[in-house]
Amino acid sequence: MKRPIKRTPALAAAAVGALLVLSACGGGDIEQSGSDSGAGGDDSQASECGDVNMAVNPWVGYQASAYVVGELAASEFGCTVEYRDLKEEVSWAGFSSGDVDVVIEDWGHPDLEKQYFAKSGDGSAEDFGPNGNQGVIGWYVPPWLAKEHPDITDWENLNQYAEDFATSESGGQGQFLGSDPSYVQFDEAIVKNLDLNFKVVSSSSEAASIAAFKKAEENKEWLIGYFYEPQWFMSEVPLVKVDLPPYDPGCQEPASAADCDYPVTELKKIVSTEWADSGSPAVEVVKNFEWTNEDQNAVAAMISSDGMAPEDAAMQWIEDNPDKVEGWMPS
Amino acid sequence: MSVTAVRGGSGVEGIGSLLRRPPGWLLGVAVLALWIAAWAGLRGNDTLALPGLGRTGLHDWFTGLKGDLIDSRESNVLMQVTGVLADLLASIGGWLQELVAQPAFPRPVPQVGWLGVIAVAAWLSHAIAGWRITLLVVASFLSFGLLGLWEDSLDTLIVTFFAVGIALAIGLPLAVWMATSKTVTTLLTPVLDVLQTVPAFIYLLPLTLFFGIGLPAAVAATFLYALAPVVRIAAHGIRSVAASTLEATDSLGQTGRQRLLQVQLPMAKKTIIVGINQTVMAALSMATIAAFVDGPGLGQPVLRALSAQQVGTAFVAGFCIVIMAVMLDRTTTAASVRAETVARAGGRDVRRHRIVLAVSGAAALVLVYLSRTYLWAAEFPDTDLGSSVAAAVQSGADWVTSTFDVVTSGVKNQVTALLLNPLQDLLANSPWWLAAVAIAAFALVLGGVRGCLTAGVCLAGIYLTDLWNDSMVTLTMVLVATLLVMVLAVVLGVWMARRPSVDTVLRPVLDAGQTMPPFVYLIPALLLFGPTRFTAIVAAVIYAAPVAIKLVADGIKGVSPTTVEAATAAGSTPWQVITRVQLPMARGGLVLAANQGLLFVLSMTVIGGLVGAGALGYDSVLGFSQGEFFGKGIAAGAAIVFLGIMLDRVTRRAAERTGAGVH
Amino acid sequence: MTAALSVDQLWKVFGPRADKIVGSPDADLPRAELLDRTGCTAAVKDVSFDVAPGEVFVVMGLSGSGKSTLVRCLTRLIEPTAGEVLLDGEDVRTMSDARLRELRRTHVSMVFQHFGLLPHRQVLDNIAYGLEIRGMKKKQRHARAQEMVDLVGLTGNERSYPDQLSGGMQQRVGLARALAVDPTVMLFDEPFSALDPLIRRDMQAEVIRLHHEVGKTMVFITHDLAEALKLGDRILIMRDGEVVQVGTAAEIVAAPADDYVRDFVSDVPRSHVLTLRYVMRDPRPDDSSDGLVMGPDTIVREAAHAALTSDHPVRVVDDGELVGIVDDETILRVVVAEEAVLA
Repeated sequence: MKRPIKRTPALAAAAVGALLVLSACGGGDIEQSGSDSGAGGDDSQASECGDVNMAVNPWVGYQASAYVVGELAASEFGCTVEYRDLKEEVSWAGFSSGDVDVVIEDWGHPDLEKQYFAKSGDGSAEDFGPNGNQGVIGWYVPPWLAKEHPDITDWENLNQYAEDFATSESGGQGQFLGSDPSYVQFDEAIVKNLDLNFKVVSSSSEAASIAAFKKAEENKEWLIGYFYEPQWFMSEVPLVKVDLPPYDPGCQEPASAADCDYPVTELKKIVSTEWADSGSPAVEVVKNFEWTNEDQNAVAAMISSDGMAPEDAAMQWIEDNPDKVEGWMPS
Repeated sequence: MSVTAVRGGSGVEGIGSLLRRPPGWLLGVAVLALWIAAWAGLRGNDTLALPGLGRTGLHDWFTGLKGDLIDSRESNVLMQVTGVLADLLASIGGWLQELVAQPAFPRPVPQVGWLGVIAVAAWLSHAIAGWRITLLVVASFLSFGLLGLWEDSLDTLIVTFFAVGIALAIGLPLAVWMATSKTVTTLLTPVLDVLQTVPAFIYLLPLTLFFGIGLPAAVAATFLYALAPVVRIAAHGIRSVAASTLEATDSLGQTGRQRLLQVQLPMAKKTIIVGINQTVMAALSMATIAAFVDGPGLGQPVLRALSAQQVGTAFVAGFCIVIMAVMLDRTTTAASVRAETVARAGGRDVRRHRIVLAVSGAAALVLVYLSRTYLWAAEFPDTDLGSSVAAAVQSGADWVTSTFDVVTSGVKNQVTALLLNPLQDLLANSPWWLAAVAIAAFALVLGGVRGCLTAGVCLAGIYLTDLWNDSMVTLTMVLVATLLVMVLAVVLGVWMARRPSVDTVLRPVLDAGQTMPPFVYLIPALLLFGPTRFTAIVAAVIYAAPVAIKLVADGIKGVSPTTVEAATAAGSTPWQVITRVQLPMARGGLVLAANQGLLFVLSMTVIGGLVGAGALGYDSVLGFSQGEFFGKGIAAGAAIVFLGIMLDRVTRRAAERTGAGVH
Repeated sequence: MTAALSVDQLWKVFGPRADKIVGSPDADLPRAELLDRTGCTAAVKDVSFDVAPGEVFVVMGLSGSGKSTLVRCLTRLIEPTAGEVLLDGEDVRTMSDARLRELRRTHVSMVFQHFGLLPHRQVLDNIAYGLEIRGMKKKQRHARAQEMVDLVGLTGNERSYPDQLSGGMQQRVGLARALAVDPTVMLFDEPFSALDPLIRRDMQAEVIRLHHEVGKTMVFITHDLAEALKLGDRILIMRDGEVVQVGTAAEIVAAPADDYVRDFVSDVPRSHVLTLRYVMRDPRPDDSSDGLVMGPDTIVREAAHAALTSDHPVRVVDDGELVGIVDDETILRVVVAEEAVLA
């Protein structure tokens, strides 16, 4: 009993001492294996590029664009890319607090632009031009419905089907499935101003909307709701757009008077002013980034229906499309 | 003999009270009948309904406040201070992340790899909680790695511990202060109430104005949410120290400081540790939600999976959180027991314990060194376990959703048509003043004059938020969900209390249900029921039922075995024992379960807003999502707080009144 | 010689504006009426007494009589409303907090009904607590605590925790803790009423033994008359906060101040309490001068055997002067009458 008592503390002390010595000079192996695998990138380039804080808004199409740009910047210039999962509003606040550098797909937020652009706000963000995607928002029905009732795609016929769209949530009226609250939307006003016998019931998220449309198509259920393109789900279930009165400028102003379809939006890139002036090579990449709805859908489908990690899906697309990628490189 | 007294006695008493004054339920029915009569005539008038995207001057005023706040960023002292704080949090947090979770540039891996982290965690848990817990801790950490979520898990742990550390540093002194001063108690209690009932969504966005996004905001939000339990419970513990001991030690001439440090704190230690345990659990749940402001950790894969509808992936991340919760819960609990047993074991054991710690500590340091040096010990080896579990869960969920689709729609439609819609019609389509009077009348019946007064104040508050109608719709959902929770709680609680084997099986399931982030089961609920109020109710029931079931089970177990024995000896059937002896005698537990059920259900309001619940939940999410509706979100948060305080106080008063009836 | 403890016109009134009651006409009201009229309760009402150094002074009363409040007022565990408390001539009520602490640490210690031990400390550290808070070094205080452990007969239990001990042993810890600080005055608040009768008897014997060994001044609160008679040099009987009677056991039994006290002492075995002073008759010239000589404070029972076996009556002599005669018949009357009562 006695001997170990006396010896053990000494042993422990020796072990601690040895450890301290070892750890002081340790780490060599990891450093080597690190650069072997190439995951850390090259030091000189890393310091040149620095950090890129990429906001990732909550829809898969956005993820596709964000990760393609981000992975490209990381692999080509060794940037440290932070993907930050944020809703739009929070992302914009991030420009001002310095937490966000890039919003890669903006659907038009006049109120936020007023707050953060130099013209009338604090100047922490600036417009970096279109990303090539055409944003289409509108009212959609599942394909089976459009096929069986072709006239349903005209808004003027909607009221005669209102009863068929009724659900437990719509209180006798037809149910219109609204969108995630963070999206741009005027459906309540449109329903009211076009005298439609519908009630807007929010789906609350992209996921819920997709689930609802998927189920509606599979079970041939009646469903009409807010949807948009580009969106990978369209390749799985090609929803059919309902024609609302065509958009003309001003028909959504003020919001409560909206009585027309949503405009086609040129999706654009917004970046932090400070980051844009940083001279990072990634700035050029973001500035040059432009691709089509089909491109985005392809990546988004890899992420969503194939269940690939966004990083992997992005890298695969980059490998498969060298010519497009080449065009985004700094000159 | 005593049984006839119990059964006969209650019968006589029942008749007696009937003669004296009408019982509560009769008054309740009367109020309901009057309400329905008035509603039939006035239905649809003055309902104060506001369209989903409608907002009022008050809401815009709140929104304006936010704008002013942003504009004053450069000059606002508070924001300057929080900005500095945020930087501090970010750098400490970043350092911790590089230490154990994230690549520490230029290294491709953290300073200390998985082997070292596990070694240190094992050593620590052995030091404070014993070897059984060590096994649990090691297994937990290994499962984080094996499920492929090592980095996210450690990030969650960092945020949790960081926030808990601050919560304890601030909360324990507050608790001492509260325990010694009535004034402080009066001032702090409503603040703590608000901290615990305001939905996270409401303060996440304003917090980003002060703390930015990412780790600092996550730590700040988690801290705010986790502060209340430790302050409350520790203050209660300190206050409950036996007066006779305080007097005896005072008589020896101790100073106030000696009294606190040598007597009050050591004697309240067990209760304080319960408080710490609760704070850790609260922190863990908020650390997940903080993913909405880019808080690092397991919340991120959960949210990403939610938006891509991947039940399997979300489940794996959620499962890691459950494991972490169980690990932290058992460790803190065991640590409190352990400290005493070690002290009591006497000198020799203490010495042996120290030797073991020294040796194992040295071994742990060697492992830390290895994990700094060799890649195999630094980076957790890739496994397919996570993805295969995800795939299995996914296919299971797919099967369930496709198979039970028809059944579930039926259930949903029935409950909606028979329960939800009529009640909502009554609450939300009554003129606001009628509903207010009726609710206040119910509060009077249940909670007496004081309950009625509280309800009145809260109803006035709700009216002032300009969200009366939405509040009534939310209240409807809360009531229906709580009803379902209580049905479950009574059925399962009785079963658990009467059959220990059922208890053994169910309890871990309930623990898991309580700690699993709700986002995980939102997806299958959505697939089964679509974006509806019923889906939100299902999610709320899953979240709230475990607590209520446990409370009912414990309440029934607390019924004196002698009474049950006597009832059985008198020839009662099991049904009679349950309905005439156990349930009535566990009344306190039932009311407490209802109280907790209501609050837990209410706290799911905003989560419900993510799956189509509408009303206040939608308003909150909208306020979080779109700048111009910020003020509406704040108003919705206030309405939720008013609802919460009203439901809590009325049920608590009701509990006190039944308690008074028992004695 | 100054009194070890002197209490003069002490009041404790609980309730709103309690300080306004003393000195007003309300103060003379009976309890229920006072409560009705003012919402206040006078727990201690105009109490005065002196305790001599080395004396065991017992305060006896039923529950609610104010005795526990009284003893707490002595060191201001409860703040008195009015009156004076002098400990060795020093006014306790005007002491600063620091001086009061000093007093509690070194001068007066107390033993409580519910022990008030610290459950997280071992016996030795419980006993040493009073020494610890006045800053004594660990080694010294443990040595002193060990002495106390031996003194109260707890040797071998130093490392136990309170909940591992029986009630009687726990109270020995309480006693040792109070003794450890070597006070001049010890206060006991019903220390044995939570104990079993047999253990209570042991503990009473223990207190008597300790009193002989260490000779402290003691103020002892009890609701048990037998205990009061057994331990007390003098006894103060309280009712509704007021002093009913103060005196030695024999004085109280022989001459109860009122019906309340008379009723109280009616069951007391008189031969155990009464002294010869209370049963002797005046000497007469024809008395035998051969009888045994005894002091007037000899208890009847102790005198009985010798007196009955002697052929002559007992001569009671005080300071060399014959003050009275006790014959067999007198002794038999006291002993037998009481047996008749007891039967």
